[in-house]
Amino acid sequence: MTLDAKIPAGPLESKWNQYLKNIKLVSPNNKRKYTVIVVGTGLAGASAAATLAELGYNVKALCIQDSSRRAHSIAAQGGINAAKNYPGDGDSVWRLFYDTIKGGDYRSREANVYRLAQISNAIIDQCVAQGVPFAREYGGLLSNRSFGGAQVSRTFYARGQTGQQLLLGAYSALSRQVEAGTVMMLPRQEMLDLVVVDGRARGIITRNLVTGKLERHHGDAVLLCTGGYGNVYYLSTNAKNSNVTAAWRCYKRGALFANPCFTQIHPTCIPVSGDYQSKLTLMSESLRNDGRVWVPKNVGDKRAPLQIPEEDRDYYLEKKYPSFGNLVPRDVASRNAKQVCDEGRGVGTTQLSVYLDFRDAIKRLGRDTIAARYGNLFEMYERITDENPYDVPMRIYPAVHYTMGGLWVDYNLMTTVPGLFALGECNFSDHGANRLGASALMQGLADGYFIIPYTLGQYLAGTAAGGSTSDAAFAEAESSSTETIDRLFSGRKKRTVLEFHRDLGRIVWDNVGMSRTREGLTRAVDEIAALRASFWDDVTLPGRQDSLNKNLEFAGRVADFMELGELMARDALQREESCGGHFREEYQTPEGEALRNDDDFAYAAAWQHQAGGPALLHKENLAFENVSLSQRSYK
Amino acid sequence: MRIQLNVWRQAGPTVAGQFETYSLDDVSQDMSFLEMFDLLNETLIKEGKEPVEFDHDCREGICGSCNMMINGQAHGPRARTATCQLHMREFKNGDTIDVEPWRADAFPVIRDLVVDRSALDRIIEAGGYVSINTGSAPDANTIPVEKDKAEAAFDFAACIGCGACVAACPNASASLFVGAKVAHLALLPQGEPERKRRVLHMVGQMEKEGFGDCSNHGECEAVCPKGISIAGIALMRREYMKALIG
Repeated sequence: MTLDAKIPAGPLESKWNQYLKNIKLVSPNNKRKYTVIVVGTGLAGASAAATLAELGYNVKALCIQDSSRRAHSIAAQGGINAAKNYPGDGDSVWRLFYDTIKGGDYRSREANVYRLAQISNAIIDQCVAQGVPFAREYGGLLSNRSFGGAQVSRTFYARGQTGQQLLLGAYSALSRQVEAGTVMMLPRQEMLDLVVVDGRARGIITRNLVTGKLERHHGDAVLLCTGGYGNVYYLSTNAKNSNVTAAWRCYKRGALFANPCFTQIHPTCIPVSGDYQSKLTLMSESLRNDGRVWVPKNVGDKRAPLQIPEEDRDYYLEKKYPSFGNLVPRDVASRNAKQVCDEGRGVGTTQLSVYLDFRDAIKRLGRDTIAARYGNLFEMYERITDENPYDVPMRIYPAVHYTMGGLWVDYNLMTTVPGLFALGECNFSDHGANRLGASALMQGLADGYFIIPYTLGQYLAGTAAGGSTSDAAFAEAESSSTETIDRLFSGRKKRTVLEFHRDLGRIVWDNVGMSRTREGLTRAVDEIAALRASFWDDVTLPGRQDSLNKNLEFAGRVADFMELGELMARDALQREESCGGHFREEYQTPEGEALRNDDDFAYAAAWQHQAGGPALLHKENLAFENVSLSQRSYK
Repeated sequence: MRIQLNVWRQAGPTVAGQFETYSLDDVSQDMSFLEMFDLLNETLIKEGKEPVEFDHDCREGICGSCNMMINGQAHGPRARTATCQLHMREFKNGDTIDVEPWRADAFPVIRDLVVDRSALDRIIEAGGYVSINTGSAPDANTIPVEKDKAEAAFDFAACIGCGACVAACPNASASLFVGAKVAHLALLPQGEPERKRRVLHMVGQMEKEGFGDCSNHGECEAVCPKGISIAGIALMRREYMKALIG
């Protein structure tokens, strides 16, 4: 299989405009003949479903939540980037493009990232027109802040709830189309399989999560907007229901899965407190603008933080990276926190956390200023930990937050299965090996509002509408889903789904987490295979298939995570370099920084499922014609 | 801690439900309320019993999925806190806790603590939006908005749609939910063109769904995890009157 990214010819700056000039259009009276299935209603799904319906397509949107408004995009805190350059501090489309490609450690596609930067401004216009209450200055114009170490202020934000406000904007646009009858909205539906007819995606099988009934949905194209797979680690900042199942079942139907080992570990999360812990809570990294990260200088220093004098504190980020200090990118901050904890200098009862201290900022700016900036975050921290961060330093530790890997897509956002598209976090395209802060919201909305409406038309214009759920492929997919469910119920009832998930998470976190080695990855492949076998033999599943049964939902998702975890380890194993969030201990600079190998690994690793054998690796070589590859340095 | 739970169990919408009593001996005070329910469910599954079904997702107080009536209070005893962010340190060793679903005609029980809140979506569909097609927006800074107004609009836009206001209201009114959306858009210039139509349609839909009227009890504001002010209800009423007679 040769991977053709279908990148338009011409100079970088004009590729997208050139593409738009040449695309085929579907005539207005033909649009309603096409049914488009949109799976997932986060930023990518809701914006795509609303926009396609506005254009006249017949849209069927599904989500696993009880309402389309609850997708996990809602939890994004920090902000959304755009190249507006309203502050006049030197930003431009080029600079946003360059920062994103560099931040991704040169493992993403130039053409896609440039298009993202070009589109970024229109997203802000759209959201403001919808009534999204972005932060404003006294003059009434929009306010920007610098975020995640960017040297310009290009981040638009709505307090610490930007994701919520953007999602509610997209949800309102979607609701308007539901009312207009152009979108059929089906909540509490989980996609279990993709239906491929004559090599094209023609529908999906879902489980109605209320009745348990399997349903067939026919469409002329399927848009997967199902988010990331961070919950493979068991503990992550993802919502409990976030999962890889829809994407994984597409992978098993022939869509390639790219760069599964590229996962992002966010440095500022509230640390684990006990075995009962069900999820981790992120605190916006804007905290690092004023907080100072430190641990005790000496191993075994058990004193309370306020008892540790200045000379016994190690502000390790400021020391190691004098120019960026506490604002180094996420992967660098996370890795360094792990390092000091591995040295035995971690703090808290578990010794798996570091301090984030606001003492000096409060002294410098006053308590009120700090409260105005971070009040809601401090409150959230206190609610969870019962400690007051105005008086004692916060304790933070990295947690899995985002997954850059996902289904391989070409410039049209189409996977290797014609008619199956992947948008937002569930594709692999724009963030390379590390995502910059405030870029996830930008990508989800760019894909949904401004890219898919054009690229989908290009596909549909050459595809006849029609077909039905009576095709044999629907029956085959449905019976395959039924078999999987029956098999889940036939375990010997020794251990719960949650116990298996927690075990899987531990293996993946220890070996395919912040720091990876050949030995650990090889071990992980074997351990996951053994755990997977024991899962199918021994899992306990309560309740029945034909009613609401959340344990059944979880069981199916954990089964898929078991397969994904192994592929992540294999992917990390073959990538014999360090880049972005993928840190192989064997490949580092003398200073302990990630050491890329551009000669051998400047490619996207796209995996093809093979029934009964290991996945097959295909490589999409990444050509860098506009930026020169440099070693990231934050010293 | 040792905790006794009286939990509402109901197999489906058409069958009668009842309280079942469970006791847990090993509850940590650092657990969240939902983690305590995870513990309960793991115990039930191992005993071969059916776990308690409840809605939950983000577990950080923003998605609005979780919805438990805890000792008669929507989301439990701590102010401005969704069930998922409530921690067991709010309770004492030996406490008995009653847990029920949201109760309202417009929120039929699906199973155990899971209810159908799609009525809230239908209210938004009736007009809780600005009609603007993708791609037709002017530059974002051509519409200045006073900072204070933007902040006030945000306070109302922060609603997470959990339905606690309905569950807490003796009339099962959705006025705070509707008021929040009406106020958010009425305070912004973007909401101006559809202002009358919006409030009439949304209020009309609320009535159709079987929610009750507001009688200024104020319990909705008290339980709202986002602290949405009942000033939103007053604003909705003014908007409604203006739309009727203006």
